[in-house]
Amino acid sequence: MDPDERLCAETWAKSSSDREPLNTDSNNRSITDFDRQQQKWEESSFNGCGARDPDQQFSGFEGPFTSDVDSQRKKKDLHGKQIPEAHESGNMQNWDPSAMLNNLSFLEKKIHQLQDLVQLVVGRRGQAMNQADEILVQQQQLITADLTSIIVQLISTAGSLLPSLKNSESLASQLGQFGGITSQSVRVTDNVVHNNANKMEDHPDPTGVFEDHDMKSDDDAEEGENLPPGSYEILQLEKEEILAPHTHFCTICGKGFKRDANLRMHMRGHGDEYKTPAALAKPHKESSSDPIFIKRYSCPYVGCKRNKDHKKFQPLKTILCVKNHYKRTHCDKNYTCSRCHTKKFSVIADLKTHEKHCGRDKWLCSCGTTFSRKDKLFGHIALFQGHTPAIPHEGAGPSDQGQSRSETANKIEQLDFNYKLDEPGRSVCQGLMELEGSGEDPSSYFSPLGFDTSSMAGFQEFPRPLFEDTESSFSFFLSGSGDYSPKNGRYAAPNDLE
Amino acid sequence: MKNASIFATMKKQKSIPEPTFSGFDLLSEEIVFTLLDFLENPVDKKSFSLVCRSFYDIESRHRKLLKPLRSELLSKVLLRYPHVSNLDLSLCPRVTDATLNVVSSCCKETLRSIILSRSKFFGHVGLSNLVVSCWNLVEIDLSNATELKDLAAATIAEAKNLEKLWLVRCKSITDIGIGCIAVGCRKLKFLSLKWCLGVGDLGVGLIAVKCQDIRSLDLSFLPITNKCLTQVLELKRLEDLVLEGCFGIDDDSLAALNQGCKSLETLDMTSCQKVSHVGLSSLTTATASLRQLILSYGSRVDLALADSLQKLSMLQSIKLDGCKVTCSGLKAIGNWCVSLSEISLSKCLGVTDEGLSSLVTKHKDLRKLDITCCRKITSTSVAHITNSCTSLVSLKMESCALIPAEAFVLIGQRCQFLEELDVTDNEINDEGLKSISTCSRLRSLKLGICLNITDEGLIHIGMSCSKLKEVDLYRSDGIGDSSISAIASGCRDLEMINIAYCKSITDRSLMSLSKCSKLNTLESRGCILITPVGLEAIAMGCKQLSKLDIKKCHNIDDTGMISLARFSQNLKQINFSYTSVTDVGLVSLASISCLQSITVLHQRGLTPRGLVAAFLACGGLTKVKLQASFRTSLPELLVKHLEARGCTFLWRDKVFQEELDPKCWKLHFNEIE
Repeated sequence: MDPDERLCAETWAKSSSDREPLNTDSNNRSITDFDRQQQKWEESSFNGCGARDPDQQFSGFEGPFTSDVDSQRKKKDLHGKQIPEAHESGNMQNWDPSAMLNNLSFLEKKIHQLQDLVQLVVGRRGQAMNQADEILVQQQQLITADLTSIIVQLISTAGSLLPSLKNSESLASQLGQFGGITSQSVRVTDNVVHNNANKMEDHPDPTGVFEDHDMKSDDDAEEGENLPPGSYEILQLEKEEILAPHTHFCTICGKGFKRDANLRMHMRGHGDEYKTPAALAKPHKESSSDPIFIKRYSCPYVGCKRNKDHKKFQPLKTILCVKNHYKRTHCDKNYTCSRCHTKKFSVIADLKTHEKHCGRDKWLCSCGTTFSRKDKLFGHIALFQGHTPAIPHEGAGPSDQGQSRSETANKIEQLDFNYKLDEPGRSVCQGLMELEGSGEDPSSYFSPLGFDTSSMAGFQEFPRPLFEDTESSFSFFLSGSGDYSPKNGRYAAPNDLE
Repeated sequence: MKNASIFATMKKQKSIPEPTFSGFDLLSEEIVFTLLDFLENPVDKKSFSLVCRSFYDIESRHRKLLKPLRSELLSKVLLRYPHVSNLDLSLCPRVTDATLNVVSSCCKETLRSIILSRSKFFGHVGLSNLVVSCWNLVEIDLSNATELKDLAAATIAEAKNLEKLWLVRCKSITDIGIGCIAVGCRKLKFLSLKWCLGVGDLGVGLIAVKCQDIRSLDLSFLPITNKCLTQVLELKRLEDLVLEGCFGIDDDSLAALNQGCKSLETLDMTSCQKVSHVGLSSLTTATASLRQLILSYGSRVDLALADSLQKLSMLQSIKLDGCKVTCSGLKAIGNWCVSLSEISLSKCLGVTDEGLSSLVTKHKDLRKLDITCCRKITSTSVAHITNSCTSLVSLKMESCALIPAEAFVLIGQRCQFLEELDVTDNEINDEGLKSISTCSRLRSLKLGICLNITDEGLIHIGMSCSKLKEVDLYRSDGIGDSSISAIASGCRDLEMINIAYCKSITDRSLMSLSKCSKLNTLESRGCILITPVGLEAIAMGCKQLSKLDIKKCHNIDDTGMISLARFSQNLKQINFSYTSVTDVGLVSLASISCLQSITVLHQRGLTPRGLVAAFLACGGLTKVKLQASFRTSLPELLVKHLEARGCTFLWRDKVFQEELDPKCWKLHFNEIE
C-alpha cells in the first residue's frame, strides 16, 4: 500500500473518532489525559466490538475509494501533499500559527473543489434522469466519490484546527455544526450512491459502511436495563452537537432540521431523485439484515454519572435522552414559568408540563418547594433534615391568619438563615472537589441530588439508609440542595481543574 | 394517718404560747419532702400546710402535681406552687388561650407535663406560647381537642423535648400536622393518634421515619394500610402497637411484610376483621418478644390461627374477646409450649366445656381468666379451671347461665388467691358465697343479678373479705340491711358499692355505710325505702363521695340535697331523676364547687327558673342531662352562655317508665338476648 494512503487511512480513523465518539480534541484536556482517555475509549469500544472497529470500517471504505483516486490522477498529488500535513497538525497539541494557516488554506481549496463538484452535480441532474447511459452513471459515481473524499478531508482538517483553539467555544460550536452538516451530507451522498448502485449490480457497494454510520447516530436500539458493561456500544456526542438546534442539514441549501424525516421531505423540493421511495424511506430500515448492536450514550460532561468514565456509569438510552439529560443537568435553566415566576427549566417541554399544573401545587414544604402530590411532599420531608410541611393558611379569623403567616414567614427565614450558615460548608466541599479532581469524582455525591433528577420525584427512590447513616456529613449538602439554582459552584469546579 | 395526727397535735401545740424549739427544724427539706410523700390524702396535706408559715412554704415547694377545678384561679395557684411540674387541666371546663398564657408565664421550664384533654376552648396561639416558654415539656395530652387544626399541630412541633403526646380524637389534624410533629418532636416515645381520622399512611409513615425512639404507638381507627405499617414495624424500639379497627390492614398486605418488629411486646389488633392466620403468621414471624396479643373481634380462632401463633415463645397474654372460637382452636392454644398467664374469651361464640377444659388444664399458671358470656360452659369447665388454675387472681364469668350453683363452691375452695371475681347474672347461692368468703384477698366482687343470694351468704363475705373495695349488688333483690351492715363494718376500705334496685335496703344500710370513710361511689338507684336521713348520714360520713346515683329514690327531697350541699364538698356527679327534689334542692347543690355532672329527668318539682339559677351559680358544670321539654323553656342566651363556659347539654326525651318486677325484668332481659 502506498504510504500516503496509509496515512490517509489513519487520518480518517482519527476523523472518525473526532466525529462520532468522544471528541477528545475539543475536550480541553491535558495531553496525558487525552492519551489515557483515547486509549481507554479504544479499549472499551473498539476491542469490545471488533466487528465495528472503525479502522475496519474505513479500510472497507478505502477499497473503492483508492481505486477511484487511482483513476483520477489529477487529484492524487493534492492528496499526497495535504493529508500528511493534516495528520501532523492533528497530533500537534500546541498552537502553531503556521500549521493552522496551512490548514486553513487547504480548507479553502477544498471548499472550492466542493463547490465545483456540487455545481457539476446540479448541472448533470437533469441529464442523469433522462439518459440511462452507463458512462454517465459511472461519471456521476466518480463525482459523488470525490465529493465524499473531499468532505472527509475537510472534517479531519477542520478537526485538527481545534486543539490549538483553546477556550474558543464559538468556534468549537461552529465546528460541531459543521460536523453535523458533513455527516449529514455523507448520508445524503450515500443515498445517492445507493440509488445508483441499485442500477449497476456488479459494482462494489461502498454504502454498507455509511449505513452503519447512520445506524450509530439514529437507531436507539432495544430497551433494556442493567446491561453488563461491554455488552453495548457507548457513543458520546459533543456538547455542541447536543445543544445544536438542528441536527439534520440540507446538503444543497444548508437549511437545518430537527428531524431526518423533515429533511427528507424538504429534499423533495431539490429534485425528483429525492422523491423516490428509497430516498424517502427511513435510512436504517434498509440495514435490517445487519446484526443490531445495542447502543447506549454517554454524557460528555466529565464527572457526571452519565459519563462513561464515571465509576457507576449509567448510560443513556437514546439521543433524546442525552439531549434532555444534558440540558436539564448541565445547562442553565432559562425558561421561567410565566405563572409563578420562580420555577425554571432548561427543557421547554418541562416548562410546558409544569405550566399545566402550576398554581395547583398545594403541598408546600417549609423550604418553599411546592408539590402537586402529597406523597411527593412527604417523600421530600422524609429525606431532608429539618424540612417540615408548611401549613396552608386556615380560616381561623383575620388575626390568627396574620399571626400564622408571620410564623411561617419566620420559619422560612430561619431556614434561609440556615442555608446561609451552610454556605461555608459548601465552599469547603467545593474546595475538596477542586483538590480531589477527577480522581475521587466527588460528583458521585451530588449526582442523586442535583444532576440526575431535576424533579424531586426521583429523590424518593433513593434508599433511606444512605442518608440515615451519614446524617451529619450530609446535612449541608441536603440543605444546600433545597434551592434549585444549578449554579452553586458544582459546574465551575471541573473547569477550574484545567 | 400517723403523720396527720402528728401534725394535728402540733397544730394544737401551736396554740399554746410557747414557741419552743421544733424538731422539724433539724430535718432537712428533703426529709420533710419524703415525709410529705406519704400523705396521700389531700386533706392531710392541707392541714400540714396550715400548721405554720414554714410548713406552708415547704408544702408549697413540695407539690409537683396540680389538678385544679377552675382555670380562673390558676395564676394565684401557680404562684403558690412554683414547683408544679405536672398540670392536669382536665377538670377545668374552660381552658382558653389566656389560661395557657398564664400557665406559660408562671411555670416556664419547670412544667414537664400538661393534660388538656376535655378542654376545648384553646387554640394554636395559646399552645404556641405554652410550648415556647415551657420548653421542658415532656408530656402533652390534647385528647378530644376536636377543633385543633394542623396549625396547632405545627406549634406542638416546637416542643423539641416532647416524649409523650396524646392526640386522641383530634379529628381536624391531618397528615400535614402530624408531619410537622414528626419533624419537630424527634424524641417522641409515646404517641396516640386514636381516632385522628384525618391522618393516613403518609403522616404515620413520616412518624416512623423521623421519630426513631417511638416505643408506644396507638393507631386505632386510622385509615391506614400496609404502606405505613412496613415503616412502623421498622422502628427499632417499638414495644406497644395498637391497631384497633384499622380496616385498611388485610391479609394480602400483611403477607407482603417480610420482617416483623423485634422489640414489639404488645400488639392490639382488635376488630381487624380482614386479618386471618395468614397475615398474623407473617406479622408475628420475627416478633419473638411479643408478650401480649389482642385479637378481639377478629377472625375465627381455629386450628390454623392457633398454629400460626405457636412461634411466639414469650407470649403471656392473649385476648380473643368476641371471636368465633372452635374447639380444635382452643385445644391447639392449650398445646402451646408457652404457659400463658392471661386468657380472655369474653363473648366468644363456640366456647365449650371440651375446648375450655383442655385449654385451662395446660396453662396452669393462669392468673387472669375472662369467660364472660360463654353461655355453653357447665360445671365441668369450672371444675377444670379450679382444679388446674389455683393461682387465679382474676376470674370473670358473667352470664354463664348453665353453671349450677354447686359449682361456685369449688371456686372458693380452690382459688384462694382471687382478688377479682365477677359472677354477675349467675346461679350462685349462699353456699357459694360462704365458700368464696374464704378468698381473703378479694378486692372486687360483683354479684349483680344474682337472685339466689341472701343476707346469709353475704354476711360471710362482709366478715371475711376485709380488703374489699368494690361490691356490686345490682338488682340482687334478695339482700337486705344486715348484709350491707356486715360489709360496711367488715370492709373499711370500701370505695364503691352498688345497691341499685335492692328494694329492701333502708336508711340503716346507708347509716352503716357512712362509716366507710373512703367510699367515693354510691349507686342506690331504685332503693325506694331510703330517705334524706340516710343520705345525710352518707354525706356526713363519706367525705370522699364523688359519684352518687339516687334515681328513683322517691323519698329523697330537698332536705337530702341540702345536707349533700353542706357536707359532700367532693361530689362531682349526681343523678336524682324521679325523686322529689325541687328548685330549692337543686339551687342548694350549686354550692358544691366540684359538681360537674347533673342528671335530672322527670322531676316534677323543677321549673325553668330554678334550673337557670342553679346552673348560673354552679360554675364548674360540664354535663347536664335534662328533659327535652326544658329546651324551649330555658332562655336561649343562658344555654349559649353555659355552653361557652364549657357545659354540654344532653336533651333526653324518654317516656316515664314504671318499675318492673325484678324476676319479670330478668325474663324480659333474657328474651332480648
